Amino acid sequence: MKELNYITNGYSVKSWLLTKDHKRIALMYLLAITFFFFIGGMAALIMRLELLTPQADVVQAETYNKLFTLHGVTMVFFFLIPGIPAVLGNFLLPLMLGARDLAFPRLNLTSFYIYVLGASFTLAAAVLGGVDTGWTFYTPYSSTYSNTHVITMAVGILITGFSSILTGLNFIVTTHKMRAPGLTWFRLPLFVWAMYATSLIILLGTPVISVTLALVALERGFHMGIFDPALGGDPLLFQHLFWFYSHPAVYIMVLPAMGVISEIIPCFSRKRIFGYPFIAFSSMAIAVLGFFVWGHHMFISGQSIYAGLVFSLLSFLVAIPSAVKVFNWTATMYKGRIYLRTPMLYALGFIGLFTIGGLTGIMLAALGLDVHVHDTYFIVAHFHYIMVGGTIMAYLGGIHFWWPKISGRLYPEFWGKLSAMIVFIGFNLTFFPQFILGYLGMPRRYHVYPPEFQVLNVLSSAGASILGMGYLLPLIYLIWSLRYGEKAGDNPWNATGLEWKTPSPPPTFNFEETPVVTEEAYAYASRPELGHV
Amino acid sequence: MWNFPLFPDQASTFAGSVDALFAFTLMISAFFALLIALLIIIFAVKYHHQSNADRRGATDSHLLLELTWTAIPLGIVMVLFVWGAQLFYRMKVIPPNAMEIFVVGKQWMWKIQHPEGQREINTLHVPVGQPILLTMISEDVIHDFAVPAFRIKEDVLPGRYTKQWFEATKIGEYHLFCNQYCGTLHAQMIGKIIVMTPTDYAAWLAGPQPVSAGGTAAVVAKAIVSAGGTAPATPNPTLVAAGSKLFNSEFNCISCHKSDGTGQGPSLQGIFGHKVKLEGGMTVIADEGYIHESILQPAAKIVKGYKPVMPTYQGQLEEEEIMQLITYIESLKRSK
Repeated sequence: MKELNYITNGYSVKSWLLTKDHKRIALMYLLAITFFFFIGGMAALIMRLELLTPQADVVQAETYNKLFTLHGVTMVFFFLIPGIPAVLGNFLLPLMLGARDLAFPRLNLTSFYIYVLGASFTLAAAVLGGVDTGWTFYTPYSSTYSNTHVITMAVGILITGFSSILTGLNFIVTTHKMRAPGLTWFRLPLFVWAMYATSLIILLGTPVISVTLALVALERGFHMGIFDPALGGDPLLFQHLFWFYSHPAVYIMVLPAMGVISEIIPCFSRKRIFGYPFIAFSSMAIAVLGFFVWGHHMFISGQSIYAGLVFSLLSFLVAIPSAVKVFNWTATMYKGRIYLRTPMLYALGFIGLFTIGGLTGIMLAALGLDVHVHDTYFIVAHFHYIMVGGTIMAYLGGIHFWWPKISGRLYPEFWGKLSAMIVFIGFNLTFFPQFILGYLGMPRRYHVYPPEFQVLNVLSSAGASILGMGYLLPLIYLIWSLRYGEKAGDNPWNATGLEWKTPSPPPTFNFEETPVVTEEAYAYASRPELGHV
Repeated sequence: MWNFPLFPDQASTFAGSVDALFAFTLMISAFFALLIALLIIIFAVKYHHQSNADRRGATDSHLLLELTWTAIPLGIVMVLFVWGAQLFYRMKVIPPNAMEIFVVGKQWMWKIQHPEGQREINTLHVPVGQPILLTMISEDVIHDFAVPAFRIKEDVLPGRYTKQWFEATKIGEYHLFCNQYCGTLHAQMIGKIIVMTPTDYAAWLAGPQPVSAGGTAAVVAKAIVSAGGTAPATPNPTLVAAGSKLFNSEFNCISCHKSDGTGQGPSLQGIFGHKVKLEGGMTVIADEGYIHESILQPAAKIVKGYKPVMPTYQGQLEEEEIMQLITYIESLKRSK
């Protein structure tokens, strides 16, 4: 009799909806965030369509403003922030630690339903007519002037925040208490370090955005004077509170991505990762420093010059640990045995795009230069290089890398490589012209623009259509592979890490018996070949 | 359509400096981006799993290398920090001879008042070669006054004045954008900056019809150009006159704020830019922000020795009128 795995262990709807298995919860998150990814993506495509011409033709101002709000809110709060932690983190953390599940399985299920509740408020706000404040909800526009469904949207984000907080808490406790015998802190996969650093930020930062959005709702609903000067409030207070969370949130989005890259590169270089402790500690350095740079969103907001100077200095410093990681990943490939498989292509694409995103971030940290490009398409391009070029590349790389473990099947390699290349080309064509547009001065959040900006906008829109194709392909062939993909076996990549020491898909409680760890992480020296695939 | 720019106009004294810093960071960025890309490509080819490259001595740690690639970027970003900060400081320190123009942002237009009283909407005429100080405030939400050709940008807040300055170097027309999302017609809150010769500017000021150069308009312009903050010359009367009318007759502020200090409120003679002692022992500099607050929320700060009896003028005065009052109160200092 074949042993049951986590997928075959019960087919009823209830066995999924009320599951406490971290792997099933991860799959439910996967469905939910994929749904939001395509909603946010559709909004982006309509915007790019509108921007093909300088006039308003596809949509008018009101609709355009609602589209970029929907795009920002769904992508940031319902895709990028939960993305890697709630899907890959949920699935992998207990497996990587040699544990049967997360420390609090019920809490894990609760946090999924909190996410669903928050998401339904946000969807309701969108369906009822949308919100036009932008995902940044700047006051007093959001608290007094906008006549859209701001409160419903804010409540949705507030609720979803608690889902993040509970997941973060769960990860921290699990990492501290449930490591397998012999799995010391410095034998942990760097993905676990990244999850740990991310969880710390989530735990410390998310309550602040919750409180801030609650204050917006109070001002809007009860005219309490908090942010609107006409009511005796201070509009800059909102920006301080908002960015105090939302800048660290950038690291909530990108640290997990760095964790994924740190797993893929050693495996497809067949070599131990270069500078393990430096990568681990740079994650922690980013988590800490990331809390002290929020003011760089406010260099031109009317904040004092001296605050600007301090935030500029700290913003330059936070770039260093990211640079250290990039150098270490590159050095890992030196004298390795490189296999250019799909996950590796995504990882190398990540390094290239993240490097450009990071270097343009350096430009933005320079005060006198930021003044010119602040709130232009330069910013839009910069953060998409980090969020899309970075996080989504890593997310897709990770999905391909662990797909055999998750589904028990191999994805089709040809289509995987093809889609990775389409995404890379489409991405650059979409966002590189936006750097030039931004330096020329085109402001963000404009649906109409001076005609001399048209050529670059057409290039960008053309790129977006290619990028969209690149994202649709994996959706199709990964679903296809569930039925027709080759059986993967326990460890198709001949990879290190405890998650590969159990069957694919893993049984409900992960391991027959608790594994004992006797070697360092990434012991690829004794595994020079990729394996049978 | 195919004749499109790849680089913005350079039309202010800041433009060259910002572009120099941009060029420098671009070079450094290109160097590191190409270095990483090149290394990745070389490694991927040379150490491809099918190649027989020499892999002896492969290592996974090298302290000196780690320290090097921490220290070098750290050094570079410190240079960039100092460079960027210096430039920013230059943008923030307002030259004493700057000519002050008042900007009010509202959904969705820019309203501009020149010191001579000339007003315009969504267009700003300025003379070339003259430092211009923009004192800005919003009637509703946050806006942002950005001129890419000048490389300047600053948010325009409700309830608080923000300032930025520039000196145009090239005659022409340039884009004015609102860069802070401000609601439905944000993308239409745009305008033009028209940089003119001082003579043309003077003629424009004397308008509505352009006056030929060399006439009285040019004389007025000369006075304006040399006026600024420190010059003893009296500012052009119009904006001050409007404030004077509000102060002395329309709102009758003078009935309490008597010039000899015997009224119910303190005398405002010569207070502008000076310290004012408050009830409770604090002091405050009587700048635009303080006067703005005192008109709209008189109870916020009470001058020592006076009672909180002044009513609020919230809703009774337009932002432009408050600016006129401030200009008038500023002029009281000068005439002392």
